[in-house]
Amino acid sequence: MLDEVEKIRRVIGGAIAAAAAQADLEALRVDALGRKGRLTELMKGLGRLPPEQRRQAGATLNALKDELTAAIEARAKALAASELTRRLDAERVDVTLPVRPQPEGRIHPISQTIDEMVAIFGEMGFKVAEGPDIEDDFHNFTALNIPPEHPARQSHDTFYLAGDGAAAPKLLRTHTSPVQIRTMKAEKPPIRIIVPGRTYRVDYDATHSPNFHQVEGLVVDTTTHMGHLKGCLVEFVRAFFDVADLPVRFRPSYFPFTEPSAEMDIGCSRAGGELKLGAGGDWLEILGCGMVHPKVLANCGIDPAEYQGFAFGMGIERAAMLKYGIPDLRTFYEADLRWLKHYGFLPLEMPSMVGGLAR
Amino acid sequence: MKFTLGWLKTHLETSASLAEITGKLTMIGLELESVEDRAAGFAPFIVGHVVEAKRHPDADRLSVCIVDTGRERVQVVCGAPNARTGMKGVFAASGTTIPGTGMQLKASTIRGVASHGMLCPAREMGLSDEHEGIIDLPADAPVGQPFAAVLGLDDPVIDIAVTPNRADCLGVRGIARDLAAAGLGTLKPRLVEPVAGRFKSPIGVRFDLAPDIANACPLFVGRLIRGVKNGPSPKWLQDRLGAIGLRPISALVDMTNFMTLDVNRPLHVFDADTLAGGITVRLARAGEKVQALNGKEYVLDGSETAIADDDGALGLGGVIGGVSSGCTEGTTNVFIEAALFDPVRTAATGRRHQIVSDARYRFERGLDLAAVIEGMEAATRLVMELCGGEPSELVVTGKPPDWHRSYALRLARIHALGGVDVPRDEAVRILAALGFAVAVAQGGDGVLAVTPPSWRGDVQGEADLVEEIVRIHGYERIPAVPLPRDTALPLPALNPPQRRARDARRALAGLGLTEAVTFSFMSSGHAALFGAGNAALRLANPISAELDMMRPSILPNLLLAAKRNADRGLTDAGLFEVGPQYSNDTPSGQALVATALRSGASFPRHWGAPSRPIDALDAKGDALGLLAALGLAIDNVQVTTDAPGWYHPGRSGVMRLGPKTTLAYFGEIHPAVLAKLDVKGPAVGCEVFLGALPPPKAKASKARPLLRLSPFQPVERDFAFVLDAGVAAEQVIKAAKSADKALIAAVSVFDLYQGKGVPDGKKSLAISVKLQPTTRTLTDAEIEAVGQRVVAAVIKATGATLRA
Repeated sequence: MLDEVEKIRRVIGGAIAAAAAQADLEALRVDALGRKGRLTELMKGLGRLPPEQRRQAGATLNALKDELTAAIEARAKALAASELTRRLDAERVDVTLPVRPQPEGRIHPISQTIDEMVAIFGEMGFKVAEGPDIEDDFHNFTALNIPPEHPARQSHDTFYLAGDGAAAPKLLRTHTSPVQIRTMKAEKPPIRIIVPGRTYRVDYDATHSPNFHQVEGLVVDTTTHMGHLKGCLVEFVRAFFDVADLPVRFRPSYFPFTEPSAEMDIGCSRAGGELKLGAGGDWLEILGCGMVHPKVLANCGIDPAEYQGFAFGMGIERAAMLKYGIPDLRTFYEADLRWLKHYGFLPLEMPSMVGGLAR
Repeated sequence: MKFTLGWLKTHLETSASLAEITGKLTMIGLELESVEDRAAGFAPFIVGHVVEAKRHPDADRLSVCIVDTGRERVQVVCGAPNARTGMKGVFAASGTTIPGTGMQLKASTIRGVASHGMLCPAREMGLSDEHEGIIDLPADAPVGQPFAAVLGLDDPVIDIAVTPNRADCLGVRGIARDLAAAGLGTLKPRLVEPVAGRFKSPIGVRFDLAPDIANACPLFVGRLIRGVKNGPSPKWLQDRLGAIGLRPISALVDMTNFMTLDVNRPLHVFDADTLAGGITVRLARAGEKVQALNGKEYVLDGSETAIADDDGALGLGGVIGGVSSGCTEGTTNVFIEAALFDPVRTAATGRRHQIVSDARYRFERGLDLAAVIEGMEAATRLVMELCGGEPSELVVTGKPPDWHRSYALRLARIHALGGVDVPRDEAVRILAALGFAVAVAQGGDGVLAVTPPSWRGDVQGEADLVEEIVRIHGYERIPAVPLPRDTALPLPALNPPQRRARDARRALAGLGLTEAVTFSFMSSGHAALFGAGNAALRLANPISAELDMMRPSILPNLLLAAKRNADRGLTDAGLFEVGPQYSNDTPSGQALVATALRSGASFPRHWGAPSRPIDALDAKGDALGLLAALGLAIDNVQVTTDAPGWYHPGRSGVMRLGPKTTLAYFGEIHPAVLAKLDVKGPAVGCEVFLGALPPPKAKASKARPLLRLSPFQPVERDFAFVLDAGVAAEQVIKAAKSADKALIAAVSVFDLYQGKGVPDGKKSLAISVKLQPTTRTLTDAEIEAVGQRVVAAVIKATGATLRA
């Protein structure tokens, strides 16, 4: 029997080591260990042996069985590994192929700029307020200390609605300032709001659009003065344009609804015909501002003897053009997909002071 | 407002440089627009003496000149016919760049004769448009010196923007006063001695103004000057007006322009011999006509202030004069008008007739109420100096309105409002230098009683006084201080609807759409296709017929944008806009709508994703995706098929929340609408009414409900039904769900088929039902029982049959 055991070990063991496929291994397993396998047959014969030999022979046969089983498993693993290698060698994807279409949406620069402004002023305690685009004369002019025939009305080329002939014609607001009036009439100080929104003037050329956007700011309390106005707006422009040492200057100016009034310039350079923000010896007008006129407060039922504050207004497109180097105002409204893809922003580029305003 | 440095210095004694003056102007609110220093560009051009000019040996039309430049003698070949021996001309040496042509002069040889420079023609210096030969300077011009001074071109021209409140700075003297107050010199005294009249004016002035409109013309000062000789004005006056771009016309006209610009005193000069009777100031008569000096005829409506004689209106007071009574070269007797006109009526007249004139510009801003007579005396002196003549006594009708008013200025307000400490003495000095009368007011040391001067009608209270002081003291001296916040941490800047609008933009962009911003107005023709019915929303004065109505929907603008993009080859557009649309002209008629549009194919052709034409379900997906992103439970959204007329009636829907709330429209745009807009389809859109979304519920806690996860395997079973083609898929889904609300976690449609194997008019719809047990694993029998209930419910609800 020992001869037979040795023979099985040699022949089957050799065959296992040489097996080239999982199927060959299975055939060898059946040949040796199957129900009628050679080793199985030998094990069946154990009962015929005398008891003293049976134990010895049984141990020998079991050892062979374990040995063959382990050899088959080991060979199977080796075969599987080489089969995987062969398959991987054969499998190829052209990874230079373009990927399946992905959403590629964009946010318009006007919306992005408004979000940036809200992020900055929000940190300073301002809330966003809104009002209607279709306004009446009172909110757009009279309450803002611009009575009829005031020369300042000439610089507001106003769109009027046809109306129904019964009431005074409505108009399209020429600035976001009427929201100052609406807010002050509805709320008690302290007030701290910014008002981004659509505005309209009858003007259409390379640098004017009949529909454009402004952001208005208003602070009303008992202590805010022009020093605060300067502090607030200097912080704003430096944060917005991301130029820490951006030069600024305030010049006296005139708006009917502020007194004193000022215009704010930021420093720039125009060397070589290229506009660059920062120190450069030149100035660029960025916004108008001033202390809220006592008459405007009174028009809204706020006592000017007790309350005061400042207001400012600036063009959103202009700010976006300066910050992002967009050359032509008119292109903002053309919805040209090429332009929007180039100048637009990814939806996840949400401006915040914590995460940063812009990349 | 343009003036020259030299003109300014007739009022301002100063040693300040041009740069100091222009810099200061901007910083006191008289913003510098431009400064043109012509002398700087002319610096290399000097006075040359033509010692000898003789004919060129080889050219009849050329002469060879020897020019004395003060340093040397230079030979120049010259082609001008007026070159002659002994004259003084403008010499430019080789290497100089000529302003009019930009050419650099080079030494050359012209027909064999060397030429080392040029005698300059006025045209090439940019001084004239005419071919008049070389500049011929006066005989006393100093050889070798810059020629610009000889011609009065060395006076820099300054242009400033004057804000509407500063009428006083529409005269050079007012500007000088501001500069003096700001420390740039002293204002020269101006004393205008009255001129004694030699006779009583035969022309009288009468007001015919009802008491309630007496302010139309409170004061009219007139004077007749006999025997004037009108002609060209003298060189100093011509130079001054010419420098700021006014063409000199005649001494009388130039005089009025000068008075207007110098001291902001508009005047009118009538040819006295054309007047019929005396002058009457009255309201115009409706239908009355005026032939104005600008060559136009105006038909008056009765609201204008007319200056009239016995024959009718001569001109519009404060706005424009008339042709019939105007001065000419031959005028010998003039009647001069210096008056005050109501700013409001002046502005209204100018606006109604669209007349823009220097006079209107000034009268509507308000003039010096106390300087009318002084202005007349100054004008008289100037007329007599320029044209001679014999003045009458003044004809004074009316009186100046009382301009004296006093305001209490609390000195503490300077810091409280202006944010800067200005010492009392400095504040008083500034006010006094600007012409304000300052006295100590009742209430003690801290309060001043301040009377604004007669030329500062814009100053109307304490805040204005603070501005004057701080403006001259310098805004740059106001320390910038941070704006203190009321709370340690900022509160949200956006309220829930505002946040929704912002999130809507980011959500739609996340869905692959590109944000557009388009005008709030559009063509009324297009608007009509989208339900515009409110004529009150038409613009009275549109920019163009394409932009004449407030938009009733954003879709047409996006459709036209898609068309423009398609015309450029970008046929697959996905655009959105979150903005206002208008149903009436009240604030509640404005709605914030998130509108999306897709046109063309779902994707460009691609190896890995089949392209298909976009369809109504894409639009539905955009709307639902947006609603979900805004936090709405979209399972509660019902879809009905009654979208408005601009959608394809069979391929559109309305999303509703209960019977009253319309959340959105979506669907394919009606082919007839596309055709009218000339847009190639397919195009689908959705309009989500952000204001209609229920506001987020205010919750006491941000905590979410506890999550309970089932430990048991879910089971899925598929069913295919054959239904009438018109049955809504939603009915099938609802019926299936109703079979066992506790057990059925989801129903999805995984196949929709019409065609071979399914009878005509029918469709096959296959659903997958997901069962989620929560207490134990389901037995086969239980699963089978639920399945049968699903089939029964669907069959009952829709008349379907189970597909074999």
